[in-house]
Amino acid sequence: MRPVVVAGAGMIPFERRDEDTLVDMMAVASLKAMDDAGLGDRAVDAVYVGNMASGLFNHQVSVASALVDRLSLMPAAADRIENGPASGGSAMKNGFLAVASGYADVVLVVGGEKMREVIGPKATDIVAAMTHPQAEYIYGVTLPALAGLFTRLYMEKYGVTREHLTMVAIKNQENGLLNPYAHIRMKITMEGVLKHPQAHINSPVVADPLHLYDCCPVSDGSAAVLLTTEEIAKDLKKPIVTIDGVGQATDTHTVHERSDPTELKAVIESSKKAFSMANAKPKDVDVAELHDAFTVLEIAESEQAGFFPLGEGAKALERGDTRIGGKLPINPSGGLKARGHPVGATGVAQIVELTWQLRGEAGERQVKKAKTGFSLNFGGFGNNVLAFVMRRKS
Amino acid sequence: MDMELEAYLRPPEMDMPPYPAKVITLATGGKLVVRQVNRDAVPRLLQAVRPTLEVPRDYYDIVGVRLYAELLGWYRYRVRDEFCLIGQIDGLLVGIVNTRAYSPEVDISLHTLAIERGLRIGAHLFAAKMEYSIEYCGREEVLITAESPIGFRRWMIEYDLEKREGQHELGGATPYALTRDLYYRNKERLVAGERPVPEELMQVAEREIIIASEEDILEKILGAKRRIVQ
Repeated sequence: MRPVVVAGAGMIPFERRDEDTLVDMMAVASLKAMDDAGLGDRAVDAVYVGNMASGLFNHQVSVASALVDRLSLMPAAADRIENGPASGGSAMKNGFLAVASGYADVVLVVGGEKMREVIGPKATDIVAAMTHPQAEYIYGVTLPALAGLFTRLYMEKYGVTREHLTMVAIKNQENGLLNPYAHIRMKITMEGVLKHPQAHINSPVVADPLHLYDCCPVSDGSAAVLLTTEEIAKDLKKPIVTIDGVGQATDTHTVHERSDPTELKAVIESSKKAFSMANAKPKDVDVAELHDAFTVLEIAESEQAGFFPLGEGAKALERGDTRIGGKLPINPSGGLKARGHPVGATGVAQIVELTWQLRGEAGERQVKKAKTGFSLNFGGFGNNVLAFVMRRKS
Repeated sequence: MDMELEAYLRPPEMDMPPYPAKVITLATGGKLVVRQVNRDAVPRLLQAVRPTLEVPRDYYDIVGVRLYAELLGWYRYRVRDEFCLIGQIDGLLVGIVNTRAYSPEVDISLHTLAIERGLRIGAHLFAAKMEYSIEYCGREEVLITAESPIGFRRWMIEYDLEKREGQHELGGATPYALTRDLYYRNKERLVAGERPVPEELMQVAEREIIIASEEDILEKILGAKRRIVQ
């Protein structure tokens, strides 16, 4: 396989973007990535668009074809990749494979979702369409509900407390304050969302034991990267960042079929594969972007991706290991919790953040001397997960 | 001013009890002081409402225009039995709510304008005016309507309001009612605040109603998009 370079990265601020269409957002993020790469008029051979549910959110499908036309990239190949909230990660994998295999030399990977076109409960219902229709959905299961059940089990098994969950939220919202692309830019406190006798009014229960501030916002947004070969990238002025490892794994569709629902097998396997391909170990990672759609997931993923032993993720959080400046900063972008979670865009936004971190372009949230990065994009409730290992070349 | 003629134009008014100020701890840890203001504050409040008049997002324009007219009408004695509560953080005005008494039994909720967003300021202030109507004025119910989807979600759904026949004072919009029973059923879940307000907080709040700049108000209402990297 050929090495794959992230030549350009761009995104638009995640938020509620009433004025923009989905294709508008993706076009702007794409142009930013292409400008950032500085490849001039060099043709884009293929476009992969990560998008979960434009047909349901926006009554528009074939968005990859629409984007290619909007950007005048014809006759580039174009595909929309749907893989739930891991759609962005899957688009990244397809873009990676296209360059690595020699199928294409220059590939644009875009993730985008416009979720705020519908009201919150409708958005939750659309996202819940990924659950098992007969065994889960008809009983009213939503992703927050599954996360609530998972959280209760994780708390009982590993001693994670609501204080730990709130620590994740506080940390990531602090990081979000440093990220101009973040949807939520507001500092919160332990008193204001948990400890004060009336904190339950500020942060009401969403799905016990998860409260409002344990959940990511519903966002509109888009992110894009331009992938190419080392040969084409050699004259670029930016530091060279490569994708060295890609892992993907699946688990049962329904959560209740898992012998131990707290074990996220697809996280474990996808991470192992990514590290193996990159010939790296978790201890080599300087910065990680994990899929904290719910606060508990950052803790669980940090353990099951291999950064901390089981039951130690919360302790690492307590020690401050996962803060910017700690031993392993997790989600310096603010993660899904603060940057936001336009579902199809998230997997690509994670790669954008790691590219900026590894190039040293992350501004106030820069992780010092970051040379190896890791991202995890969690689809379904852990039934389809993608992991990436990226490096800055010296 | 010809006060003889003016006396014909001014509405009679009911006595209304004072609303004791309270302080709410926000998600940020910040302290929101909620207090009643009298007519003298209106010119200051209008400065904060003015930037919203041309903001269609979330119907701020409609809410802003109507609130502006209601406050001005109250200031110049053309609205009957109106009261106004405000929210301040470190003196800065972050929200305004108003209501009008219709009878000794019924209040009519008018508007809720949140200038700071994402902190449940609007929800806290809405709850405060319901608290005033039910607990302090002793009304049996408050008639409510919504002019925006956010308002509908916040008031109608969170309080599980009862639908009413007829029209709300704000026009043909469907009226809903928060009854005394519904209020007390939801109070623990939705009505925040502690009394008395610590003296130093109250002094800051009363010293000056600080109004953010027009640009800051618009940024708060419109979100991040105005400020960055686009």
